[in-house]
Amino acid sequence: MNTLRVSRMTLALSAALALFGCGQKEEPKAAAPAPAPAAAAPAAPAATAITVKIGHVAPLTGPQAHLGKDNENAARMAIDELNAKGLEIGGAKVTLELVPEDDQADPKQGTIVAQKLVDAKVNGVVGHLNSGTTIPASKIYFDAGIPQISGSATNPKYTQQGFATAFRVMANDVQQGKVLGEYAAKQLAGKSVAIIDDRTAYGQGLADEFEKGAKGAGAAVVTREFTNDKATDFAAILTKIKSTKADVIFYGGMDAQAGPMAKQMKSLGVKAAFLTGDGGCTPEFIKLAGDASEGQYCSLPGVPLDQMPGGKAFNDAFSAKYGQIQLYAPYVYDAVMVMVDAMKRAGSVEAAKYLPEIGKTDYQGVTAKIQFDEKGDLKGGAISLYQVKGGKWEYRETVGGGAPAAPVAAEAPKADGEKKS
Amino acid sequence: MMTLNFDSLRHDKRAAIAATVGIGLVLAVFPFIVGSALGNSWLRIVDFALLYIMLALGLNIVVGFAGLLDMGYIAFYAVGAYLYALLASPHFGLHLPVWIIIPCGAVLAGIAGALLGAPTLRLRGDYLAIVTLGFGEIVRIFMNNLNAPVNITNGPQGISSIDPIHLGGVTLAKPLSVLGITVPSLHAYYFLFLALALLIIFVTIRLEDSRIGRAWVAIREDEIAAKACGINTRNIKLLAFTMGASFGGVAGGLFAGFQGFVSPESFNLMESIMILCMVVLGGMGHIPGVILGGVMLTVLPEFFRHSAGPIQQALFGKILLDPEALRMLLFGLALVLVMLYRPAGLWPSTIRRREFSSGADKEGA
Amino acid sequence: MDIFVQQIINGLVLGSIYALVALGYTMVYGIMGLINFAHGEVVMIGAMVALFFVKAFSGLPVVILLPLALAAAACVCMAIGFTIERIAYRPLRRAPKLAPLITAIGISIILQHLAMLIWGRNYHAFPPVIPSSAHEIFGATITSLQVFIVLIAAAMMAGLTLLIQRTRLGRAMRATSQNPAIAQLMGVNINQVISATFVIGSALAAVAGLMVTANYSIAHYYMGFMLGLKAFTAAVLGGIGNLAGAMLGGILLGIIESLGAGYIGDLTGGFLGSHYQDIFAFFVLIGVLIFRPSGLIGERVAERA
Repeated sequence: MNTLRVSRMTLALSAALALFGCGQKEEPKAAAPAPAPAAAAPAAPAATAITVKIGHVAPLTGPQAHLGKDNENAARMAIDELNAKGLEIGGAKVTLELVPEDDQADPKQGTIVAQKLVDAKVNGVVGHLNSGTTIPASKIYFDAGIPQISGSATNPKYTQQGFATAFRVMANDVQQGKVLGEYAAKQLAGKSVAIIDDRTAYGQGLADEFEKGAKGAGAAVVTREFTNDKATDFAAILTKIKSTKADVIFYGGMDAQAGPMAKQMKSLGVKAAFLTGDGGCTPEFIKLAGDASEGQYCSLPGVPLDQMPGGKAFNDAFSAKYGQIQLYAPYVYDAVMVMVDAMKRAGSVEAAKYLPEIGKTDYQGVTAKIQFDEKGDLKGGAISLYQVKGGKWEYRETVGGGAPAAPVAAEAPKADGEKKS
Repeated sequence: MMTLNFDSLRHDKRAAIAATVGIGLVLAVFPFIVGSALGNSWLRIVDFALLYIMLALGLNIVVGFAGLLDMGYIAFYAVGAYLYALLASPHFGLHLPVWIIIPCGAVLAGIAGALLGAPTLRLRGDYLAIVTLGFGEIVRIFMNNLNAPVNITNGPQGISSIDPIHLGGVTLAKPLSVLGITVPSLHAYYFLFLALALLIIFVTIRLEDSRIGRAWVAIREDEIAAKACGINTRNIKLLAFTMGASFGGVAGGLFAGFQGFVSPESFNLMESIMILCMVVLGGMGHIPGVILGGVMLTVLPEFFRHSAGPIQQALFGKILLDPEALRMLLFGLALVLVMLYRPAGLWPSTIRRREFSSGADKEGA
Repeated sequence: MDIFVQQIINGLVLGSIYALVALGYTMVYGIMGLINFAHGEVVMIGAMVALFFVKAFSGLPVVILLPLALAAAACVCMAIGFTIERIAYRPLRRAPKLAPLITAIGISIILQHLAMLIWGRNYHAFPPVIPSSAHEIFGATITSLQVFIVLIAAAMMAGLTLLIQRTRLGRAMRATSQNPAIAQLMGVNINQVISATFVIGSALAAVAGLMVTANYSIAHYYMGFMLGLKAFTAAVLGGIGNLAGAMLGGILLGIIESLGAGYIGDLTGGFLGSHYQDIFAFFVLIGVLIFRPSGLIGERVAERA
């Protein structure tokens, strides 16, 4: 009676499992138990055509979905371009395939998705977008020996963990914050500075570094206020800042808040310069702030697209296919290119073989000349500053990062250069 | 659906033993089947499902047994996870072993549960809901902001490089060799979580049958009558919160050791709501139902993640709708449909099913 | 002093928005005892429809454009509210109380992702059709739109109160909320009354949506969640099931958040600051509920099984 029921249940369970198994036909067998690099190369050298899978992870649903999709589009564009040109690595014809995943900016989902990619035996991963998901996922990729290049995770911890597989093609928050702080104090003549951050790993990290940089350059930080990454009403904190009569307001956070914040600043009559990091350096900011965006500042690691060889071409091609660049698309594009470039130089698509080559990268990307230091951070780390003029982001100047071999030296401000990001 | 109930098993000893051995065998080889048939990502999902089962059982005590609508349950998970992170990571330089931290986590979470319960004793159902929701948010925001002036939780950056779980000097982060079989890390975690989940299931079953459990049910059904019968409703309610919270604390500690990284983003309101859905969807107050709910709501979104794209390809030859949006859409739809067709839950206890179906006949829903 | 007045005004405007949304929550709860989690998403849809309507017809003069946008948003929201009630809540009227809650959560997820599929993931900017004219009161600024929002919230509450107290439908609503079975015996068509409640609540949501998107100039498929949550908190603070309570709770919540963000930092020496502004309201709520377990002006309703 009940024994029968239990056995029926067990049978049903196994049947369900089997069905699952059928549905997962395309999933290959499980990874080997040992944490050796998952160097299951798709083909022996003798084969003439191999498919190389490159994973990409970003939040494709949730509040940052527009940025995540932007990243995915850039990765897709890079792969399509490379496939169209025809790729040969180590004597074999290679077709690249993008494996996109959604981590919803949630660390738990980030790890699940990372495991999924490792099981699918991807040859490399570009991503994730948020530092909060990139950091836990990086351990999984490291254990499997899969190289990971992020185009947007700026938390310094990512490369401080000591994983040989972790790289990023964007200056981290330490570099960016310092430059921003000094810019606020010197170029913007800010004697008293107010800082707002959105209490995310990115916003808070950047704001902390900004505070250090500004204080170091002689400005006084009169207040630190906070919001969150889903808020739309900033009247209370802006009013408080108005009472402190700060000259410069720095916001560490994303464009979705920076835009309404600038707008509310104007309607409340707060007279201060508004400065954001790369999170606010988007066309969305200008749209959302309306004419309150005029004259505000932002910074973006790297150099304006049209000053880099291939930059304008990238911008035109991307805009034609996917619409305006949201934020990190050029960096993700470069990340894919760097990965494939390392594969070419190593003459192999196997992770174990091309991983050492990534560290030796010297590649001219659309965002910067890309070289990595021993931790996986971008060497040089130039930061460019922009200001809104006439409804568009206009390039002001570039400040080279502290490294001596800064390939992109500080250039004289080219006033007619237009940043499109 | 099946109305497996434990009462009849209790009376038929041989059937009970056979069932136990059967289930035991299935559970023992389960990870190896899943790992080789479906890949490690599904095994990781199974590990998470076990954690969620623990959480769902904990919430079941509060919502299912005692009838107290708690919408901030994830706070106890957060307390357990952060305690583990603080005591076993480079953050404070402490590296206490897991068998100290987990019980401490249970106790601390239990205290938090009592703290939540104390001011809410007089509140009616929906007011209780919003207060518990507020409590969940309070804990999360404190975790997110306690990095100044004294850095306790490291704020939004979270605490990383948390020690993986060690059992007697053997770490679970690397493959183990047991009786000649190599047990990979994920499988090892599975067995650890399974052991604790079984322990919690056992405790819950015993609680259900005890005086306390019956007192909880009495309060759920009619608090005034319960008081009239001499039940100290204040203490019993506090006990419900405390016990339920302690299970959350245990699960939280395990989570921190498993993932190696905790940040406030993992403990948001949607998680609380998900756990509530697991309890209600599975069959409120019925232990097998709650376990089923936990498994289903962990597996379902992942199932949709794996299939939304490929199914569209197979049916239409191309992607019509965004797979990610479709995945969440289907999940929402699943919630609605299950509630419409099985309002008492997927696997309710026989008593509830009888209660509900007699009501439904009159309404003719 | 003018900073303090400004903070009060900020709170008043924010609170009026919360009040508008809370009115919808409280109406549905009063009739059905159901926390309609999907209400925040209906507000979001109202906002989206209004925004795109204004974008499409931005040539028209503002005085015609806005009412038309409102009408369009209201139509869509009312249709959605009616549909939700019919398919998801009506079959569950006799079910254990938690079942419709879970259904509401499911509907909320569905609506969010439908909005994402229809309108995309990007944030949308409200076209600058409303002239931003700021007025000065006691040294603080307030725009015409913000004045309008406060007035609309008050008007809505007054209108609803009139509806409930003076009309047949209102009497039927009151009867249904007190005892549905007896009301039916008295000849009230429960189904119609409940549908009407949902429809009116959704129309309110549309108004709130238009106000939110016009005031903050932004709309996004995820905006309904937090807004709905805050509004629900406001409704409970005031006493759920009670229209005046929703209004009071909303305004109070807005002012608490504003003043809290502005002054708690200084009062506690930087320990608690604006980073805790989201939970000031919860602290106040818990405090209020300890002394008045039914909210500030909530009625002691009999225990429901």
